[in-house]
Amino acid sequence: MNGYNGTVLRVNLTDGKITREALNQDEARKFIGGRGLATKMLMDEIDPKIDALSPENKLIFVTGPLTGTPTPTGGRYMVVTKAPLTGTVASSNSGGYWGAELKFAGYDAVIFEGKSEKPVYLNIVDDQVELKDAQPLWGKLVSEATAQLEEEHGKKAKVAVIGPAGERLSKIAAIMNDRGRAAGRSGVGAVMGSKNLKAIVVKGSNKVSIADEAKLKEVFARCMTKIKENGVTGQGLPAYGTAVLVNIINENGVFPTNNFQESVFGEAEEISGETLAEKYLKKKDPCYRCPIGCGRYCEVDDIKGQGPEYETIWAYGSDCGVSNLGDIIKANYWCNEYGLDTISAGATIAAAMELYQKGLIKEEEITGAPSLEWGNSQAIIDWTKMMGAVEGYGAKMAEGSYRLCESYGVPELSMSVKKQELPAYDPRGIQGQGIQYATSNRGGCHVRGYMISPEILGLPEKLDRFTLDGKAEWSKIFQDFTAAIDSSGLCLFTSFAMGADDYADMVNAVCGSDYTGTDFIEAGERIWNLEKVFNLEAGIDPSQDTLPKRLLEDPIEEGPSKGWVTKLSELLPQYYSVRGWDEQGIPTDEKLKGLGLK
Amino acid sequence: MKYTVKLFATLRENRGKILEMEKSGKTSIREITEELGIKADDVAILLLNGRDAKLDDYPSDGDTISIFPPVGGG
Repeated sequence: MNGYNGTVLRVNLTDGKITREALNQDEARKFIGGRGLATKMLMDEIDPKIDALSPENKLIFVTGPLTGTPTPTGGRYMVVTKAPLTGTVASSNSGGYWGAELKFAGYDAVIFEGKSEKPVYLNIVDDQVELKDAQPLWGKLVSEATAQLEEEHGKKAKVAVIGPAGERLSKIAAIMNDRGRAAGRSGVGAVMGSKNLKAIVVKGSNKVSIADEAKLKEVFARCMTKIKENGVTGQGLPAYGTAVLVNIINENGVFPTNNFQESVFGEAEEISGETLAEKYLKKKDPCYRCPIGCGRYCEVDDIKGQGPEYETIWAYGSDCGVSNLGDIIKANYWCNEYGLDTISAGATIAAAMELYQKGLIKEEEITGAPSLEWGNSQAIIDWTKMMGAVEGYGAKMAEGSYRLCESYGVPELSMSVKKQELPAYDPRGIQGQGIQYATSNRGGCHVRGYMISPEILGLPEKLDRFTLDGKAEWSKIFQDFTAAIDSSGLCLFTSFAMGADDYADMVNAVCGSDYTGTDFIEAGERIWNLEKVFNLEAGIDPSQDTLPKRLLEDPIEEGPSKGWVTKLSELLPQYYSVRGWDEQGIPTDEKLKGLGLK
Repeated sequence: MKYTVKLFATLRENRGKILEMEKSGKTSIREITEELGIKADDVAILLLNGRDAKLDDYPSDGDTISIFPPVGGG
C-alpha cells in the first residue's frame, strides 16, 4: 500500500496478546485515516455507553496517510477513545516525532484493549513488539520516564508516556510525547492510566511508500511556496509562535479574564508573544518536517522546556488574573511533567478562584494549600503540582472545572461545554466561534473549527465578528475541513495557507487515490457526522449543544465587545439546518445515507 | 486631534509599541501608517477602538488605532 502501511497493531492488555490486522482499505478511503478512521474503528468495537475508564474502553493511537511522509508538517498522530472528561468521542492530536516513527515501524494504528494487571509499557522496534514491565517507571514524571526509556532503548526511540496525572486517572490528563508535545484534551491520559499502560516506545527503520514521487514533488513545491508566502505561516508563527495572539485577542476585547468575568486584560502586554520573544525564548522547537516552526523552547530560572502556547498563557494568565509570564512558563512546565492538559488545568484553577471569590470554597477546605486569590502567580505553579499529583484538594480539581463547580452546586461557573473547558476566546464578541464551541463534537475546543481565522485574523477573508449572517455555513465548512485535515496527518496550521485541493492533491500523490477537494471536505463531513452519532449513542443529547449561562445571558461589561452575548438561540437552528439535521439537532437518515454512514 | 497608535509584533521594530500622535486636521489611518513607514500590505489586522477598521477610515479625537502585521495561531 502507499501512504498507509496497511497494518494495525492490536494489543490486548488483559491477556498480553499482540496481533496484527490488515487495515480496511475501503474504510481508509472513506474516512481518510487518523481521527476519522479511528472513530469508525472505535464505533465498530465499543458500545459508546460504556464507562470511559473501564477495561471495555479502547485506546487507539492512529496516524494519517501523510504522517511520516515528506509533506510539510506530516508528523501528526491522534489518540481516539471514549473521553472520561466529556463522555464524547475523544480525538486528541499531537505533533513532535512520535507519530512519524510509528509509521516508520510499519503501523498505521495501535489499538489497546482490556487492562493490564500491572503497569506495563509497549516497546515497538519494527516487527518486534513486546509488553514490558513498567513498575519501575510508575509514578515518574514525564521527563524522568522518557529519559529512562531512552536510556534503555536508545536515543532514537520515540516515547509517548503518561505522567502521574494519567496514572491517577485525572480527567484532564494528557498523553505526552517527545517530552513537551501533548495529545492534550478530554482526559485521554486517564484512559491510558486506567489500562495500566505507562508508555509506548517506538523505533522504526522503514520508509512510507509513496504512490507518485514526481507528483508529490510538484505538489510539495506548490504548497511550500504557499506556506512560505503566507503572512501567518511564513512570518507570524515562525517569529512569535501562537503567543502572538495575546495582544490581538485582547485588543478585540475577547480575551477572557478572571474565568470569563471580564474580556479585556489590562496587563496583556506582560504576557504577550512579543514579551515572550524578548525575555524568555531560547530557540524554536519545530515538529517533524515542519516549515512553520511555531513551537517554542523557553527558559526561566532553573526551568527550561517546550512551550508555552497561546492557550496555555491565557489559561494560566488572564483567566487566573496572572501577569507574571515567568511563572506561567513554570506552570506550563509542570503540566508537561505531570501530564496535564494546560487549557483544562489553567481554566480549572480559574474556576476555583471564582468559587473562592464567591465564598463557596471555604478557607478551611484549603488550609495549608496555596491561596486562590486572583493573580497569585505562585499559586498557579503549586496548584498545578497538586492537581498533577492528584493530592489533597488538588484531587478535586484534577476532575476538571465542571465536576469541581458542580460539587458546590454551581456547575454554571465552569466555563466549559460538554464538561470540557473552553479555550482562550470569548465567544460573546465572536459569534461564529460561539456556535462552533456549542456544537463541537468534543466539547469546549477551538481546533474543531477555528472561526477566529475569518472573524479575527481575516483568513481566508474577513468576516464581521458580530454578525450572524453566514456564520452557520462557515462553521460547518470549517468543522468539516478540519476533520479531514486532522485525518490526513498534517497540522491544522497549514490551512492558513493551503486549500482543499492542495490537501486532496497531496493525499492523492502519496496514496494513489483520486480525491477532489470537494471529496476531501465531504470526507470531513462524514467524519463529523460519525462523531455526532457516537456522541448521541453515548447519551450526549443535543441539549448539551450549548454554552455556559454567563456567555448567553451576561453581556460583556467593558471594552470593544461591550454589550454582547452569544446569540446561540438564533444560530443553533440555522446550524442544524445547514448540517441537514432535524430541528432537534439529530442527523437525519437521509443525511447519514448520503454520507454512506447507513 | 490626538490619537493613540498601538503597534504589534514586527511593526514595533524601530517604531515602538505605543505612539501618541497629534494632527491638526482630519487624518485618515492610511496617512498615519504612511507617516510611520508601514506598507499597506503589512497591515493585516486593523482596529479602531477595538473594532474592525479600514485604512481609509478617519479616526476621531482620542481614538486608539491598533495595527498588526500578518500573524495568527491557535
